[in-house]
Amino acid sequence: MTATPHEIAKASRTAGIPFLLKTAFINAAIALVLFSLMVGIRTEAGSDGQLTYWTRFGDLASLVGAVFGGSIVIELLRQWIGPTGAEKLVPASVQSGISFIGRYLAPALLIFTLLVPVIFYNQRYILDLAILVLTYVMLGWGLNVVVGLAGLLDLGYVAFYAVGAYSYGLLATSFGWSFWTCLPLAGILAAFWGVLLGFPVLRLRGDYLAIVTLAFGEIIRLVIINWQELTGGPNGVSGIPRPSFFGIPLDNSDDGLAAKLGIEYSPTHRIVFLFYLILAMALLTNWVTIRLRRLPIGRAWEALREDEVACRALGINTTTTKLTAFATGAMFGGFAGAFFATRQGFISPESFTFQESALVLAIVVLGGMGSQLGVALAALTMIGGFELFRSLETYRMLVFGMAMVLIMIWRPRGIIGHRAPTVFLTKAQAISSDLVKEGHG
Amino acid sequence: MDYFTQQLINGLVLGSIYGLIAIGYTMVYGIVGMINFAHGDVFMIGGFIALITFLILISLGLTAIPVILLVVLLVSMAITALYGWTIERIAYRPLRHSFRLAPMLSAIGMSFVLTNYSQIAQGARVKPIPPFITGGYTLHESADGFVIQLSNIQIMVVLTTIVLLAIFTWLVSRTRLGRDMRACEQDQTMAALLGVDVDRTISMTFVIGAALAAVAGLMYLLYYGLVDFFMGFVAGIKAFTAAVLGGIGSLPGAMLGGLAIGLIETFWSAYFSVEYKDVAAFSILIVVLIFMPTGLLGRPEVEKV
Repeated sequence: MTATPHEIAKASRTAGIPFLLKTAFINAAIALVLFSLMVGIRTEAGSDGQLTYWTRFGDLASLVGAVFGGSIVIELLRQWIGPTGAEKLVPASVQSGISFIGRYLAPALLIFTLLVPVIFYNQRYILDLAILVLTYVMLGWGLNVVVGLAGLLDLGYVAFYAVGAYSYGLLATSFGWSFWTCLPLAGILAAFWGVLLGFPVLRLRGDYLAIVTLAFGEIIRLVIINWQELTGGPNGVSGIPRPSFFGIPLDNSDDGLAAKLGIEYSPTHRIVFLFYLILAMALLTNWVTIRLRRLPIGRAWEALREDEVACRALGINTTTTKLTAFATGAMFGGFAGAFFATRQGFISPESFTFQESALVLAIVVLGGMGSQLGVALAALTMIGGFELFRSLETYRMLVFGMAMVLIMIWRPRGIIGHRAPTVFLTKAQAISSDLVKEGHG
Repeated sequence: MDYFTQQLINGLVLGSIYGLIAIGYTMVYGIVGMINFAHGDVFMIGGFIALITFLILISLGLTAIPVILLVVLLVSMAITALYGWTIERIAYRPLRHSFRLAPMLSAIGMSFVLTNYSQIAQGARVKPIPPFITGGYTLHESADGFVIQLSNIQIMVVLTTIVLLAIFTWLVSRTRLGRDMRACEQDQTMAALLGVDVDRTISMTFVIGAALAAVAGLMYLLYYGLVDFFMGFVAGIKAFTAAVLGGIGSLPGAMLGGLAIGLIETFWSAYFSVEYKDVAAFSILIVVLIFMPTGLLGRPEVEKV
């Protein structure tokens, strides 16, 4: 009598119990060694500079116990579901359902976003959070041009954000120029920096490019910290003017917008204005990106992402292609930076660390590179979602790092991970993420 | 001239530490072809484990400094090596055949995990230890009173580096494991067909790299007398710069690059400005990659189509 697959699976499960325990014990033993000193013993420098320490064996025991239990659960899941993989965890029907919803999700989200200030008019906190999320959506869409479309890994994106913020901050505080004059300037300056960074790294490939952009971002930050006469160093730039409604200030003076319209002044007006401002800027980024994708330059970006050697063989000028990608992405970063400066009224180098770059990059990659909707959803989850864990602030970046690792293992192409090329030869056909491989060129 | 000699000594010591970290980058890049972004944090963890082991041993009443040092060295190497092994298993092995951005991102995620784990577990403040190995030699005293010092710690750092490098070179060039590593570096599929356990070899690469980073962490702790949770980031980038400068994938290159970066940084601080020393180091990285993308001792990379 032959055994059915079900029986075989069942048999392997029952035979698996010693194996299960063995794995769990090994994992727990490894965890015990790993955490023994780092968690089990806590050091602290006393007031006289002398180090003291105390033990935390309770925490150590619970961590090791959690690893023991966790590995049993994971091993059981693995045996029940079979080898891990997105396809197994999310059945095809559900996936197609998601993509069906996706078509209606974008307009629905947009309408909801437009209505946010109406719905949450008096909830300052939610409005602030929405502005923050939209800033990251814009940054994500800007970086998406570089990483998602052109396939150039940029770990120093925050440098352009900083250039934009400082351009506006310094121009506005030194010369008193208005936001609307400085905004294009900030974008142009950032784009120039993008080209400047682009030139040396044109010949570099994947990982080297990443590390050079990272170094570049750090250089910009260190220069901002140390060039005290210009940037104010660690103290930053303060007193950056608030944005005006095309020249009309949004305050409770007689010239203010509220007075001119004859309505009662409320500080919420400014927040709502900022909200629509960043929404408009983000949508502009999105619109420009979508338009560019259909132009030859956008197609060249996507071709570059897929295979650089093939690109060159086809006569695409990879130099200009890469430079335009860097410049475009940087320009949007600069716009976002100028907005950041006017929203905060204060900027300092602390806002432009590598962590910011990695956060934006994570938004792009987790959202699914090249997918505009994915980036927006990822920004909403990562920024808005983590806001829920405000009380667990200390664990925030830890959870964030773990999420990055786990999502890469689970879905290396991001949550919305299938990429549809913009141009089709005969008929439309989505390319599955398993079939495409990043070019080695 | 005396000032120059003193800076030369300081630079060589700093360079040895960078070189030890850089070897970890170079090995992983050579075999797996990815930048192990979390390697700087492994170095930091090594420093912490050394610090905690020191504290325990002293509170146990041990006084013999050589014994303490030996135990600390072994413990921090062993535990940090296990960190390296675990990191590879969790974050890199499942992604080995994935598209190229994926392992990079999971490495960045891992780096965040390690940094914040140390911050949560040990606190954000700088942890100092009292100087352990004191004393030294006065090499030369000039007429105006400038003294060239060679401290015992500096001697120890350089000696340890030389000894470890010798052991390690022997390991790679003479042992079975080293042969497997070189085979995997050439062609993983082919090596697997010829009976090399690729998984095990890659794991061992991470283990050895992490152990060397732990030694670097211990040396850093002894030399500067402090550790903190954020030191892995900058040290990591500089060590990576060293690896690239020397030609990534090349072991003598990594050491050479480490020494070069150490010297450049020290001389820059001594003669120009301390504030911009990191800018100098990062600028060198960019300049090197523009003019010598394969570094000092690197092989030209063949473009596979």
